[in-house]
Amino acid sequence: MVQSQRETASGWALATSTGRWRALRWPVLGDWGLFLLLAGPNLILFAAFTYWPLIYNVYLSLTSWDMIAPVKAFVGLANYRYLASDPEFRRVALNTVVFTLGTVGGTTILGLLLALLLNWPLRGRTWARGVIFAPVLLSGAAISVFWINMLNSRFGLLAELLGWFSLSSPNWLNHPIWAMVAVIMVYIWKNVGFSMVIYLAGLQAIPAELYEAARVDGAGHLETFRWVTLPQLGPVTLFLLVVSMISSFQAFDIIKVMTDGGPVNATTTLLFYIYEQGFVAFNAGRAAAASVVLFLAMLVVTVIQLRLGERRVHYG
Amino acid sequence: MAERLRQRLAQAPLYLLLALAVVVMGIPFYWVVTGALKTNQEIYTFPPVWIPREPHWENFVEAWDAAPFGRFYLNSIVTTLAGSGLELLLALTSAYALVFLRVRVAGAAFLLILAALLVPSQVTLLPNYLTVARLGWINTYQGIIVPGASVAFGTFLFRQHFRTLSREILDAAVIDGCGHLRLLWQVVVPLSQPVIVTFILISMVSKWNEFLWPLVVTNSLDMRTLPIGIAYLYSVEGVMNWGPILAGTLFVILPMLVIYLLAQRWIVSGIASGAVKG
Repeated sequence: MVQSQRETASGWALATSTGRWRALRWPVLGDWGLFLLLAGPNLILFAAFTYWPLIYNVYLSLTSWDMIAPVKAFVGLANYRYLASDPEFRRVALNTVVFTLGTVGGTTILGLLLALLLNWPLRGRTWARGVIFAPVLLSGAAISVFWINMLNSRFGLLAELLGWFSLSSPNWLNHPIWAMVAVIMVYIWKNVGFSMVIYLAGLQAIPAELYEAARVDGAGHLETFRWVTLPQLGPVTLFLLVVSMISSFQAFDIIKVMTDGGPVNATTTLLFYIYEQGFVAFNAGRAAAASVVLFLAMLVVTVIQLRLGERRVHYG
Repeated sequence: MAERLRQRLAQAPLYLLLALAVVVMGIPFYWVVTGALKTNQEIYTFPPVWIPREPHWENFVEAWDAAPFGRFYLNSIVTTLAGSGLELLLALTSAYALVFLRVRVAGAAFLLILAALLVPSQVTLLPNYLTVARLGWINTYQGIIVPGASVAFGTFLFRQHFRTLSREILDAAVIDGCGHLRLLWQVVVPLSQPVIVTFILISMVSKWNEFLWPLVVTNSLDMRTLPIGIAYLYSVEGVMNWGPILAGTLFVILPMLVIYLLAQRWIVSGIASGAVKG
Protein backbone atom coordinates (compact mmCIF):
# COMPACT_ATOMS: atom_id res chain seq x y z
CA MET A 1 0.00 0.00 0.00
CA VAL A 2 2.84 2.37 0.85
CA GLN A 3 4.29 1.57 -2.52
CA SER A 4 1.10 2.43 -4.36
CA GLN A 5 0.66 5.70 -2.50
CA ARG A 6 4.09 6.75 -3.57
CA GLU A 7 3.24 5.82 -7.13
CA THR A 8 0.12 7.93 -6.96
CA ALA A 9 2.15 10.87 -5.75
CA SER A 10 4.49 10.67 -8.72
CA GLY A 11 1.56 10.29 -11.09
CA TRP A 12 0.34 13.51 -9.59
CA ALA A 13 3.64 15.13 -10.41
CA LEU A 14 3.35 14.07 -14.03
CA ALA A 15 0.13 15.98 -14.41
CA THR A 16 1.14 19.09 -12.52
CA SER A 17 4.86 19.61 -13.09
CA THR A 18 4.45 21.40 -16.39
CA GLY A 19 2.79 24.76 -16.28
CA ARG A 20 1.19 24.00 -19.61
CA TRP A 21 -0.92 21.27 -18.09
CA ARG A 22 -2.56 23.93 -15.99
CA ALA A 23 -3.95 25.38 -19.19
CA LEU A 24 -5.54 22.00 -19.79
CA ARG A 25 -8.64 22.68 -17.77
CA TRP A 26 -11.94 21.36 -18.84
CA PRO A 27 -14.07 24.44 -19.47
CA VAL A 28 -17.54 23.01 -18.81
CA LEU A 29 -17.38 21.41 -15.37
CA GLY A 30 -13.80 22.00 -14.25
CA ASP A 31 -11.38 19.19 -13.41
CA TRP A 32 -13.63 17.97 -10.63
CA GLY A 33 -16.59 17.61 -12.91
CA LEU A 34 -14.55 15.81 -15.53
CA PHE A 35 -13.06 13.47 -12.92
CA LEU A 36 -16.55 12.52 -11.77
CA LEU A 37 -17.67 12.04 -15.34
CA LEU A 38 -14.74 9.80 -16.24
CA ALA A 39 -14.08 7.83 -13.05
CA GLY A 40 -17.52 8.20 -11.50
CA PRO A 41 -19.36 5.37 -13.28
CA ASN A 42 -16.69 2.85 -12.33
CA LEU A 43 -16.67 4.05 -8.72
CA ILE A 44 -20.47 3.95 -8.53
CA LEU A 45 -20.51 0.38 -9.84
CA PHE A 46 -17.90 -0.60 -7.26
CA ALA A 47 -19.96 1.01 -4.53
CA ALA A 48 -23.17 -0.68 -5.67
CA PHE A 49 -21.89 -4.14 -6.60
CA THR A 50 -18.71 -4.65 -4.55
CA TYR A 51 -18.60 -2.62 -1.34
CA TRP A 52 -22.28 -2.31 -0.48
CA PRO A 53 -22.96 -6.06 -0.96
CA LEU A 54 -19.90 -6.84 1.14
CA ILE A 55 -21.48 -4.96 4.04
CA TYR A 56 -25.00 -6.14 3.32
CA ASN A 57 -23.69 -9.70 3.27
CA VAL A 58 -22.44 -9.33 6.85
CA TYR A 59 -25.90 -8.08 7.88
CA LEU A 60 -27.61 -10.99 6.09
CA SER A 61 -25.30 -13.43 7.87
CA LEU A 62 -26.81 -12.27 11.18
CA THR A 63 -30.36 -13.06 10.08
CA SER A 64 -32.49 -16.05 9.31
CA TRP A 65 -34.31 -15.51 6.04
CA ASP A 66 -35.81 -17.68 3.29
CA MET A 67 -35.42 -14.93 0.62
CA ILE A 68 -39.21 -14.59 0.35
CA ALA A 69 -40.59 -13.56 3.75
CA PRO A 70 -40.98 -9.78 4.16
CA VAL A 71 -39.11 -9.82 7.48
CA LYS A 72 -35.57 -10.97 8.14
CA ALA A 73 -35.31 -12.35 11.67
CA PHE A 74 -32.20 -11.14 13.48
CA VAL A 75 -30.44 -14.13 15.01
CA GLY A 76 -27.02 -12.74 15.99
CA LEU A 77 -24.18 -15.18 15.47
CA ALA A 78 -26.44 -18.24 15.24
CA ASN A 79 -25.50 -18.94 11.60
CA TYR A 80 -21.80 -18.90 12.43
CA ARG A 81 -22.37 -21.14 15.44
CA TYR A 82 -24.30 -23.49 13.20
CA LEU A 83 -21.47 -23.64 10.65
CA ALA A 84 -18.90 -24.20 13.39
CA SER A 85 -20.76 -27.20 14.80
CA ASP A 86 -22.32 -28.70 11.64
CA PRO A 87 -20.58 -31.93 10.54
CA GLU A 88 -21.69 -31.28 6.93
CA PHE A 89 -19.92 -27.92 6.94
CA ARG A 90 -16.83 -29.52 8.44
CA ARG A 91 -16.88 -31.86 5.47
CA VAL A 92 -17.20 -28.85 3.15
CA ALA A 93 -14.18 -27.21 4.80
CA LEU A 94 -12.17 -30.42 4.44
CA ASN A 95 -13.20 -30.75 0.78
CA THR A 96 -12.14 -27.16 0.14
CA VAL A 97 -8.72 -27.78 1.69
CA VAL A 98 -8.23 -31.00 -0.29
CA PHE A 99 -9.39 -29.40 -3.55
CA THR A 100 -7.19 -26.33 -3.02
CA LEU A 101 -4.07 -28.31 -2.10
CA GLY A 102 -4.63 -30.73 -4.98
CA THR A 103 -5.24 -28.12 -7.64
CA VAL A 104 -2.67 -25.56 -6.48
CA GLY A 105 -0.02 -28.23 -5.89
CA GLY A 106 -0.78 -29.96 -9.18
CA THR A 107 -0.84 -26.89 -11.39
CA THR A 108 2.25 -25.37 -9.76
CA ILE A 109 4.46 -28.46 -9.86
CA LEU A 110 3.36 -29.64 -13.29
CA GLY A 111 3.46 -26.06 -14.59
CA LEU A 112 7.07 -25.74 -13.43
CA LEU A 113 8.09 -29.07 -14.98
CA LEU A 114 6.42 -28.21 -18.30
CA ALA A 115 8.04 -24.78 -18.31
CA LEU A 116 11.49 -26.26 -17.64
CA LEU A 117 10.99 -28.74 -20.47
CA LEU A 118 9.62 -26.22 -22.96
CA ASN A 119 12.23 -23.59 -22.12
CA TRP A 120 14.76 -25.96 -23.68
CA PRO A 121 15.40 -25.17 -27.38
CA LEU A 122 13.42 -28.11 -28.73
CA ARG A 123 11.78 -28.22 -32.13
CA GLY A 124 8.03 -27.82 -31.97
CA ARG A 125 8.07 -26.34 -28.49
CA THR A 126 6.02 -23.28 -29.54
CA TRP A 127 3.40 -25.61 -30.86
CA ALA A 128 3.48 -27.70 -27.69
CA ARG A 129 3.08 -24.60 -25.52
CA GLY A 130 0.09 -23.64 -27.64
CA VAL A 131 -1.64 -26.98 -27.07
CA ILE A 132 -0.93 -26.98 -23.33
CA PHE A 133 -2.21 -23.44 -22.86
CA ALA A 134 -5.39 -23.83 -24.95
CA PRO A 135 -7.64 -25.30 -22.20
CA VAL A 136 -7.12 -22.15 -20.09
CA LEU A 137 -9.35 -20.25 -22.52
CA LEU A 138 -12.18 -22.76 -22.66
CA SER A 139 -15.47 -22.84 -20.83
CA GLY A 140 -15.20 -24.96 -17.68
CA ALA A 141 -18.76 -26.16 -18.26
CA ALA A 142 -18.05 -27.36 -21.81
CA ILE A 143 -14.81 -29.16 -20.95
CA SER A 144 -16.52 -30.80 -17.97
CA VAL A 145 -19.15 -32.24 -20.29
CA PHE A 146 -16.62 -33.92 -22.56
CA TRP A 147 -14.54 -35.06 -19.60
CA ILE A 148 -17.64 -36.81 -18.21
CA ASN A 149 -17.71 -38.75 -21.46
CA MET A 150 -14.00 -39.59 -21.25
CA LEU A 151 -14.31 -40.69 -17.63
CA ASN A 152 -17.16 -43.11 -18.28
CA SER A 153 -16.14 -46.41 -16.74
CA ARG A 154 -17.86 -48.54 -19.41
CA PHE A 155 -16.92 -46.90 -22.73
CA GLY A 156 -14.74 -43.91 -21.82
CA LEU A 157 -11.25 -43.12 -23.07
CA LEU A 158 -9.71 -43.34 -19.59
CA ALA A 159 -11.10 -46.82 -19.08
CA GLU A 160 -9.30 -47.81 -22.29
CA LEU A 161 -6.03 -46.14 -21.29
CA LEU A 162 -6.11 -47.73 -17.83
CA GLY A 163 -6.83 -51.04 -19.55
CA TRP A 164 -3.49 -50.78 -21.38
CA PHE A 165 -1.87 -51.06 -17.95
CA SER A 166 -4.28 -53.82 -16.89
CA LEU A 167 -6.05 -51.46 -14.51
CA SER A 168 -9.80 -51.34 -14.26
CA SER A 169 -11.49 -47.96 -14.30
CA PRO A 170 -13.01 -46.71 -11.08
CA ASN A 171 -16.58 -45.51 -11.24
CA TRP A 172 -15.15 -41.98 -11.19
CA LEU A 173 -18.04 -39.65 -10.52
CA ASN A 174 -20.08 -41.95 -8.28
CA HIS A 175 -17.34 -42.71 -5.80
CA PRO A 176 -16.68 -40.12 -3.05
CA ILE A 177 -12.88 -40.22 -3.31
CA TRP A 178 -12.53 -40.78 -7.08
CA ALA A 179 -15.01 -37.98 -7.75
CA MET A 180 -12.74 -35.56 -5.90
CA VAL A 181 -9.73 -36.94 -7.77
CA ALA A 182 -11.61 -36.45 -11.05
CA VAL A 183 -12.58 -32.81 -10.48
CA ILE A 184 -9.03 -32.01 -9.33
CA MET A 185 -7.61 -33.75 -12.39
CA VAL A 186 -9.89 -31.88 -14.81
CA TYR A 187 -9.14 -28.59 -13.04
CA ILE A 188 -5.40 -29.24 -13.40
CA TRP A 189 -5.81 -30.13 -17.09
CA LYS A 190 -7.64 -26.86 -17.66
CA ASN A 191 -5.31 -24.59 -15.67
CA VAL A 192 -1.79 -26.04 -15.82
CA GLY A 193 -1.07 -24.02 -18.98
CA PHE A 194 -1.48 -20.81 -17.01
CA SER A 195 1.19 -21.80 -14.47
CA MET A 196 3.44 -22.95 -17.28
CA VAL A 197 3.19 -19.60 -19.08
CA ILE A 198 3.95 -17.69 -15.88
CA TYR A 199 6.94 -19.93 -15.14
CA LEU A 200 8.22 -19.56 -18.72
CA ALA A 201 8.12 -15.78 -18.31
CA GLY A 202 9.95 -16.21 -14.99
CA LEU A 203 12.62 -18.44 -16.52
CA GLN A 204 13.20 -16.03 -19.38
CA ALA A 205 13.66 -13.17 -16.93
CA ILE A 206 16.61 -14.83 -15.19
CA PRO A 207 19.74 -12.88 -16.21
CA ALA A 208 22.08 -14.89 -18.46
CA GLU A 209 25.08 -13.66 -16.42
CA LEU A 210 23.99 -15.83 -13.51
CA TYR A 211 24.17 -18.96 -15.65
CA GLU A 212 27.47 -17.77 -17.08
CA ALA A 213 28.87 -17.28 -13.57
CA ALA A 214 27.64 -20.72 -12.53
CA ARG A 215 29.30 -22.26 -15.57
CA VAL A 216 32.58 -20.48 -14.84
CA ASP A 217 32.41 -21.80 -11.27
CA GLY A 218 32.09 -25.29 -12.71
CA ALA A 219 28.53 -25.95 -11.55
CA GLY A 220 26.74 -28.91 -13.16
CA HIS A 221 23.15 -28.95 -14.46
CA LEU A 222 21.62 -29.96 -11.14
CA GLU A 223 23.69 -27.53 -9.10
CA THR A 224 22.81 -24.70 -11.46
CA PHE A 225 19.17 -25.60 -11.13
CA ARG A 226 19.34 -25.78 -7.33
CA TRP A 227 21.36 -22.60 -6.77
CA VAL A 228 20.42 -20.37 -9.70
CA THR A 229 17.12 -21.31 -11.32
CA LEU A 230 15.11 -22.32 -8.27
CA PRO A 231 15.90 -19.30 -6.06
CA GLN A 232 15.38 -16.95 -9.00
CA LEU A 233 11.89 -18.38 -9.47
CA GLY A 234 10.95 -17.56 -5.86
CA PRO A 235 8.91 -14.41 -6.52
CA VAL A 236 7.12 -15.97 -9.50
CA THR A 237 6.21 -19.00 -7.41
CA LEU A 238 4.83 -16.81 -4.66
CA PHE A 239 2.72 -14.87 -7.16
CA LEU A 240 1.46 -18.12 -8.66
CA LEU A 241 0.57 -19.60 -5.29
CA VAL A 242 -1.54 -16.56 -4.37
CA VAL A 243 -3.28 -16.37 -7.74
CA SER A 244 -3.87 -20.12 -8.04
CA MET A 245 -5.18 -20.44 -4.51
CA ILE A 246 -7.63 -17.61 -5.06
CA SER A 247 -8.87 -18.97 -8.36
CA SER A 248 -9.16 -22.43 -6.83
CA PHE A 249 -11.50 -20.99 -4.17
CA GLN A 250 -13.56 -19.62 -7.08
CA ALA A 251 -13.90 -22.94 -8.89
CA PHE A 252 -17.53 -23.64 -9.61
CA ASP A 253 -18.47 -24.70 -13.15
CA ILE A 254 -16.40 -27.90 -13.18
CA ILE A 255 -17.89 -29.05 -9.88
CA LYS A 256 -21.44 -28.03 -10.79
CA VAL A 257 -21.41 -29.85 -14.12
CA MET A 258 -19.31 -32.92 -13.27
CA THR A 259 -20.58 -33.90 -9.83
CA ASP A 260 -23.11 -31.30 -8.66
CA GLY A 261 -21.20 -31.38 -5.37
CA GLY A 262 -21.76 -35.10 -4.91
CA PRO A 263 -21.82 -37.94 -4.44
CA VAL A 264 -23.29 -37.03 -1.04
CA ASN A 265 -21.37 -33.75 -0.67
CA ALA A 266 -18.03 -35.42 -1.44
CA THR A 267 -17.04 -32.59 -3.82
CA THR A 268 -18.97 -29.72 -2.22
CA THR A 269 -16.47 -26.93 -1.70
CA LEU A 270 -17.10 -23.66 0.13
CA LEU A 271 -18.33 -21.77 -2.94
CA PHE A 272 -20.54 -24.64 -4.00
CA TYR A 273 -22.00 -24.73 -0.48
CA ILE A 274 -22.80 -21.01 -0.71
CA TYR A 275 -24.59 -21.62 -4.00
CA GLU A 276 -26.56 -24.54 -2.60
CA GLN A 277 -27.56 -22.78 0.61
CA GLY A 278 -28.51 -19.59 -1.22
CA PHE A 279 -30.04 -20.74 -4.48
CA VAL A 280 -31.22 -24.28 -3.82
CA ALA A 281 -32.13 -24.32 -0.11
CA PHE A 282 -33.01 -20.57 0.03
CA ASN A 283 -31.23 -20.19 3.31
CA ALA A 284 -29.89 -16.65 2.90
CA GLY A 285 -28.43 -16.30 6.41
CA ARG A 286 -26.36 -19.46 6.17
CA ALA A 287 -25.20 -18.68 2.63
CA ALA A 288 -24.18 -15.18 3.73
CA ALA A 289 -22.26 -16.51 6.75
CA ALA A 290 -20.43 -18.97 4.49
CA SER A 291 -19.67 -16.09 2.10
CA VAL A 292 -18.07 -14.15 4.95
CA VAL A 293 -15.97 -17.23 5.77
CA LEU A 294 -14.91 -17.50 2.11
CA PHE A 295 -14.03 -13.81 1.95
CA LEU A 296 -11.93 -14.01 5.12
CA ALA A 297 -10.18 -17.17 3.92
CA MET A 298 -9.18 -15.47 0.67
CA LEU A 299 -8.15 -12.29 2.44
CA VAL A 300 -5.97 -14.21 4.91
CA VAL A 301 -4.28 -16.13 2.09
CA THR A 302 -3.51 -12.92 0.23
CA VAL A 303 -2.23 -11.05 3.27
CA ILE A 304 -0.07 -13.91 4.58
CA GLN A 305 1.50 -14.49 1.21
CA LEU A 306 2.10 -10.80 0.58
CA ARG A 307 3.81 -10.61 3.98
CA LEU A 308 5.97 -13.61 3.16
CA GLY A 309 6.76 -11.96 -0.15
CA GLU A 310 8.06 -8.85 1.60
CA ARG A 311 10.46 -10.80 3.75
CA ARG A 312 11.88 -13.39 1.42
CA VAL A 313 11.46 -12.05 -2.03
CA HIS A 314 14.35 -13.81 -3.64
CA TYR A 315 16.35 -16.43 -1.89
CA GLY A 316 13.50 -18.73 -0.84
CA MET B 1 27.61 -34.15 -38.75
CA ALA B 2 28.32 -36.92 -36.25
CA GLU B 3 28.53 -34.28 -33.54
CA ARG B 4 25.07 -32.98 -34.40
CA LEU B 5 23.66 -36.47 -34.50
CA ARG B 6 25.06 -37.10 -31.02
CA GLN B 7 23.46 -33.90 -29.79
CA ARG B 8 20.13 -34.96 -31.24
CA LEU B 9 20.39 -38.36 -29.58
CA ALA B 10 21.22 -36.77 -26.24
CA GLN B 11 18.04 -34.76 -26.60
CA ALA B 12 15.91 -37.80 -27.40
CA PRO B 13 14.53 -38.21 -23.86
CA LEU B 14 13.47 -34.55 -23.88
CA TYR B 15 11.62 -35.03 -27.15
CA LEU B 16 9.94 -38.07 -25.66
CA LEU B 17 8.76 -35.98 -22.72
CA LEU B 18 7.59 -33.25 -25.08
CA ALA B 19 5.57 -35.76 -27.07
CA LEU B 20 4.10 -37.21 -23.89
CA ALA B 21 3.06 -33.77 -22.64
CA VAL B 22 1.43 -32.86 -25.94
CA VAL B 23 -0.42 -36.18 -26.17
CA VAL B 24 -1.71 -36.07 -22.59
CA MET B 25 -2.84 -32.45 -22.86
CA GLY B 26 -4.09 -32.73 -26.42
CA ILE B 27 -5.91 -36.04 -26.39
CA PRO B 28 -9.17 -34.63 -24.95
CA PHE B 29 -9.35 -32.33 -27.99
CA TYR B 30 -8.93 -35.28 -30.33
CA TRP B 31 -11.52 -37.22 -28.38
CA VAL B 32 -14.21 -34.53 -28.38
CA VAL B 33 -13.76 -33.70 -32.07
CA THR B 34 -13.82 -37.32 -33.24
CA GLY B 35 -16.59 -38.13 -30.74
CA ALA B 36 -18.74 -35.38 -32.19
CA LEU B 37 -18.47 -37.15 -35.56
CA LYS B 38 -19.23 -40.67 -34.30
CA THR B 39 -22.52 -42.53 -34.39
CA ASN B 40 -23.90 -43.42 -30.97
CA GLN B 41 -23.13 -47.02 -31.83
CA GLU B 42 -19.47 -46.13 -32.22
CA ILE B 43 -19.51 -44.17 -28.95
CA TYR B 44 -21.10 -46.84 -26.78
CA THR B 45 -18.65 -49.63 -27.53
CA PHE B 46 -15.66 -50.90 -25.68
CA PRO B 47 -12.82 -50.91 -26.51
CA PRO B 48 -13.55 -47.45 -27.94
CA VAL B 49 -13.37 -46.58 -31.63
CA TRP B 50 -10.40 -44.28 -32.30
CA ILE B 51 -11.36 -43.17 -35.79
CA PRO B 52 -15.04 -42.83 -36.80
CA ARG B 53 -15.73 -44.88 -39.94
CA GLU B 54 -17.27 -41.85 -41.62
CA PRO B 55 -17.96 -38.38 -40.16
CA HIS B 56 -21.53 -37.96 -38.92
CA TRP B 57 -22.16 -34.26 -39.25
CA GLU B 58 -25.82 -34.83 -38.28
CA ASN B 59 -24.74 -34.68 -34.65
CA PHE B 60 -24.27 -30.92 -35.00
CA VAL B 61 -27.73 -30.50 -36.53
CA GLU B 62 -29.28 -32.66 -33.85
CA ALA B 63 -27.53 -30.71 -31.08
CA TRP B 64 -28.63 -27.40 -32.60
CA ASP B 65 -32.24 -28.61 -32.61
CA ALA B 66 -32.16 -30.23 -29.17
CA ALA B 67 -31.65 -26.89 -27.39
CA PRO B 68 -32.11 -23.26 -28.53
CA PHE B 69 -28.45 -22.84 -29.46
CA GLY B 70 -29.18 -19.91 -31.78
CA ARG B 71 -30.59 -18.05 -28.81
CA PHE B 72 -27.67 -19.14 -26.57
CA TYR B 73 -25.25 -17.75 -29.16
CA LEU B 74 -27.10 -14.46 -29.34
CA ASN B 75 -27.11 -14.16 -25.54
CA SER B 76 -23.43 -15.03 -25.24
CA ILE B 77 -22.42 -12.62 -27.99
CA VAL B 78 -24.48 -9.74 -26.60
CA THR B 79 -23.32 -10.18 -23.01
CA THR B 80 -19.69 -10.72 -24.02
CA LEU B 81 -19.46 -7.76 -26.40
CA ALA B 82 -21.44 -5.37 -24.23
CA GLY B 83 -19.74 -6.56 -21.03
CA SER B 84 -16.21 -6.28 -22.42
CA GLY B 85 -16.98 -3.03 -24.23
CA LEU B 86 -18.29 -1.49 -21.04
CA GLU B 87 -15.27 -2.74 -19.09
CA LEU B 88 -12.91 -1.25 -21.66
CA LEU B 89 -14.68 2.11 -21.63
CA LEU B 90 -14.73 2.29 -17.83
CA ALA B 91 -11.12 1.19 -17.52
CA LEU B 92 -9.87 3.75 -20.08
CA THR B 93 -11.82 6.67 -18.63
CA SER B 94 -11.01 5.92 -14.98
CA ALA B 95 -7.34 5.36 -15.71
CA TYR B 96 -7.21 8.64 -17.62
CA ALA B 97 -8.90 10.46 -14.77
CA LEU B 98 -6.47 8.98 -12.24
CA VAL B 99 -3.36 9.88 -14.22
CA PHE B 100 -4.16 13.17 -15.93
CA LEU B 101 -6.64 15.08 -13.78
CA ARG B 102 -5.51 17.31 -10.95
CA VAL B 103 -8.01 16.27 -8.33
CA ARG B 104 -7.22 15.71 -4.67
CA VAL B 105 -9.33 12.58 -4.29
CA ALA B 106 -7.49 10.74 -7.09
CA GLY B 107 -5.30 8.84 -4.61
CA ALA B 108 -8.27 7.73 -2.53
CA ALA B 109 -10.22 6.75 -5.64
CA PHE B 110 -7.28 4.67 -6.82
CA LEU B 111 -7.06 2.82 -3.51
CA LEU B 112 -10.81 2.17 -3.60
CA ILE B 113 -10.52 0.63 -7.05
CA LEU B 114 -7.39 -1.35 -6.17
CA ALA B 115 -8.90 -2.73 -2.94
CA ALA B 116 -11.84 -4.10 -4.96
CA LEU B 117 -9.39 -6.70 -6.30
CA LEU B 118 -9.58 -8.26 -2.82
CA VAL B 119 -13.35 -8.80 -3.13
CA PRO B 120 -14.04 -11.55 -5.65
CA SER B 121 -17.50 -11.52 -7.21
CA GLN B 122 -18.33 -14.92 -5.71
CA VAL B 123 -18.29 -13.42 -2.21
CA THR B 124 -20.97 -10.89 -3.11
CA LEU B 125 -23.06 -13.35 -5.15
CA LEU B 126 -26.09 -13.47 -2.87
CA PRO B 127 -26.55 -9.75 -2.09
CA ASN B 128 -25.95 -8.85 -5.73
CA TYR B 129 -28.58 -11.36 -6.78
CA LEU B 130 -30.99 -9.67 -4.34
CA THR B 131 -30.15 -6.22 -5.77
CA VAL B 132 -30.66 -7.40 -9.34
CA ALA B 133 -33.95 -9.06 -8.36
CA ARG B 134 -35.15 -5.84 -6.71
CA LEU B 135 -34.25 -3.89 -9.87
CA GLY B 136 -36.39 -6.33 -11.85
CA TRP B 137 -33.34 -7.39 -13.84
CA ILE B 138 -33.71 -11.16 -13.53
CA ASN B 139 -33.67 -12.69 -17.04
CA THR B 140 -32.33 -9.51 -18.64
CA TYR B 141 -29.08 -8.64 -20.40
CA GLN B 142 -28.44 -5.73 -18.04
CA GLY B 143 -28.78 -8.14 -15.11
CA ILE B 144 -26.02 -10.31 -16.57
CA ILE B 145 -23.81 -7.43 -17.71
CA VAL B 146 -23.94 -4.47 -15.31
CA PRO B 147 -22.90 -5.92 -11.93
CA GLY B 148 -19.72 -7.35 -13.49
CA ALA B 149 -18.83 -4.27 -15.51
CA SER B 150 -16.81 -2.40 -12.88
CA VAL B 151 -13.17 -2.92 -13.62
CA ALA B 152 -10.24 -2.83 -11.23
CA PHE B 153 -7.64 -4.86 -13.07
CA GLY B 154 -8.05 -2.99 -16.37
CA THR B 155 -7.94 0.39 -14.64
CA PHE B 156 -4.72 -0.63 -12.96
CA LEU B 157 -3.24 -1.96 -16.21
CA PHE B 158 -4.07 1.19 -18.18
CA ARG B 159 -2.96 3.49 -15.38
CA GLN B 160 0.47 1.83 -15.36
CA HIS B 161 0.66 2.15 -19.12
CA PHE B 162 -0.52 5.77 -19.37
CA ARG B 163 2.24 6.83 -17.04
CA THR B 164 4.89 5.47 -19.40
CA LEU B 165 3.59 7.49 -22.37
CA SER B 166 6.02 9.96 -23.84
CA ARG B 167 5.71 13.37 -22.18
CA GLU B 168 6.88 15.10 -25.37
CA ILE B 169 3.98 13.79 -27.43
CA LEU B 170 1.43 14.64 -24.75
CA ASP B 171 2.89 18.14 -24.26
CA ALA B 172 2.88 18.75 -28.00
CA ALA B 173 -0.78 17.78 -28.21
CA VAL B 174 -1.64 20.12 -25.35
CA ILE B 175 0.24 23.00 -26.96
CA ASP B 176 -1.72 22.34 -30.13
CA GLY B 177 -4.83 23.05 -28.12
CA CYS B 178 -5.94 19.51 -27.41
CA GLY B 179 -8.50 19.30 -24.61
CA HIS B 180 -8.84 16.40 -22.17
CA LEU B 181 -11.36 14.39 -24.13
CA ARG B 182 -9.50 14.76 -27.41
CA LEU B 183 -6.24 13.95 -25.65
CA LEU B 184 -7.81 10.75 -24.37
CA TRP B 185 -9.44 9.55 -27.60
CA GLN B 186 -7.00 10.87 -30.19
CA VAL B 187 -3.64 10.64 -28.46
CA VAL B 188 -3.66 8.36 -25.41
CA VAL B 189 -5.92 5.62 -26.81
CA PRO B 190 -4.06 5.24 -30.14
CA LEU B 191 -0.75 5.15 -28.25
CA SER B 192 -2.08 2.35 -26.04
CA GLN B 193 -3.34 -0.01 -28.71
CA PRO B 194 -1.35 -3.11 -27.71
CA VAL B 195 -2.47 -2.93 -24.07
CA ILE B 196 -6.05 -2.33 -25.18
CA VAL B 197 -6.04 -5.35 -27.48
CA THR B 198 -4.61 -7.57 -24.76
CA PHE B 199 -7.13 -6.36 -22.23
CA ILE B 200 -10.14 -6.75 -24.51
CA LEU B 201 -9.14 -10.31 -25.46
CA ILE B 202 -8.70 -11.40 -21.86
CA SER B 203 -11.92 -9.71 -20.83
CA MET B 204 -13.86 -11.35 -23.67
CA VAL B 205 -12.57 -14.82 -22.85
CA SER B 206 -13.63 -14.50 -19.23
CA LYS B 207 -17.08 -13.10 -20.10
CA TRP B 208 -17.71 -15.79 -22.70
CA ASN B 209 -16.92 -18.56 -20.21
CA GLU B 210 -18.69 -17.05 -17.22
CA PHE B 211 -20.99 -19.55 -15.57
CA LEU B 212 -22.05 -18.87 -11.98
CA TRP B 213 -23.42 -15.32 -12.31
CA PRO B 214 -25.51 -15.86 -15.48
CA LEU B 215 -26.71 -19.12 -13.92
CA VAL B 216 -28.23 -17.37 -10.89
CA VAL B 217 -29.61 -14.23 -12.60
CA THR B 218 -31.40 -16.07 -15.39
CA ASN B 219 -33.88 -18.91 -15.13
CA SER B 220 -35.69 -18.92 -18.47
CA LEU B 221 -34.07 -21.07 -21.16
CA ASP B 222 -34.26 -18.14 -23.58
CA MET B 223 -31.88 -16.04 -21.49
CA ARG B 224 -29.23 -18.70 -20.85
CA THR B 225 -25.73 -18.25 -22.24
CA LEU B 226 -23.74 -20.97 -24.04
CA PRO B 227 -21.88 -22.45 -21.05
CA ILE B 228 -25.16 -22.92 -19.20
CA GLY B 229 -26.79 -24.09 -22.42
CA ILE B 230 -24.31 -26.94 -22.84
CA ALA B 231 -24.81 -28.03 -19.23
CA TYR B 232 -28.56 -27.96 -19.95
CA LEU B 233 -28.14 -30.08 -23.10
CA TYR B 234 -26.16 -32.63 -21.11
CA SER B 235 -28.83 -32.73 -18.41
CA VAL B 236 -31.71 -33.31 -20.85
CA GLU B 237 -30.00 -35.67 -23.29
CA GLY B 238 -28.47 -37.44 -20.31
CA VAL B 239 -26.12 -40.28 -20.99
CA MET B 240 -28.16 -41.73 -23.83
CA ASN B 241 -27.16 -39.48 -26.70
CA TRP B 242 -23.48 -38.55 -26.48
CA GLY B 243 -22.89 -37.73 -30.16
CA PRO B 244 -24.93 -34.49 -30.21
CA ILE B 245 -23.77 -33.55 -26.71
CA LEU B 246 -20.12 -33.68 -27.78
CA ALA B 247 -21.03 -31.68 -30.90
CA GLY B 248 -22.70 -29.15 -28.59
CA THR B 249 -19.54 -28.69 -26.51
CA LEU B 250 -17.79 -27.66 -29.73
CA PHE B 251 -20.39 -24.91 -30.25
CA VAL B 252 -19.17 -23.43 -26.97
CA ILE B 253 -15.41 -23.85 -27.30
CA LEU B 254 -14.85 -23.28 -31.02
CA PRO B 255 -15.17 -19.46 -30.96
CA MET B 256 -12.54 -19.25 -28.21
CA LEU B 257 -10.23 -21.66 -30.05
CA VAL B 258 -10.53 -19.51 -33.19
CA ILE B 259 -9.72 -16.33 -31.26
CA TYR B 260 -6.81 -18.18 -29.68
CA LEU B 261 -5.42 -19.25 -33.05
CA LEU B 262 -5.70 -15.70 -34.40
CA ALA B 263 -4.39 -13.85 -31.37
CA GLN B 264 -2.34 -16.37 -29.42
CA ARG B 265 0.61 -14.08 -28.84
CA TRP B 266 -1.50 -11.21 -27.50
CA ILE B 267 -3.39 -13.42 -25.11
CA VAL B 268 -0.41 -15.32 -23.76
CA SER B 269 1.77 -12.25 -23.29
CA GLY B 270 -1.11 -10.46 -21.61
CA ILE B 271 -1.69 -13.31 -19.22
CA ALA B 272 2.02 -13.66 -18.55
CA SER B 273 2.14 -10.00 -17.58
CA GLY B 274 -0.13 -10.83 -14.69
CA ALA B 275 -3.41 -10.36 -16.45
CA VAL B 276 -5.90 -12.29 -14.38
CA LYS B 277 -9.36 -11.27 -13.48
CA GLY B 278 -11.48 -13.28 -11.05
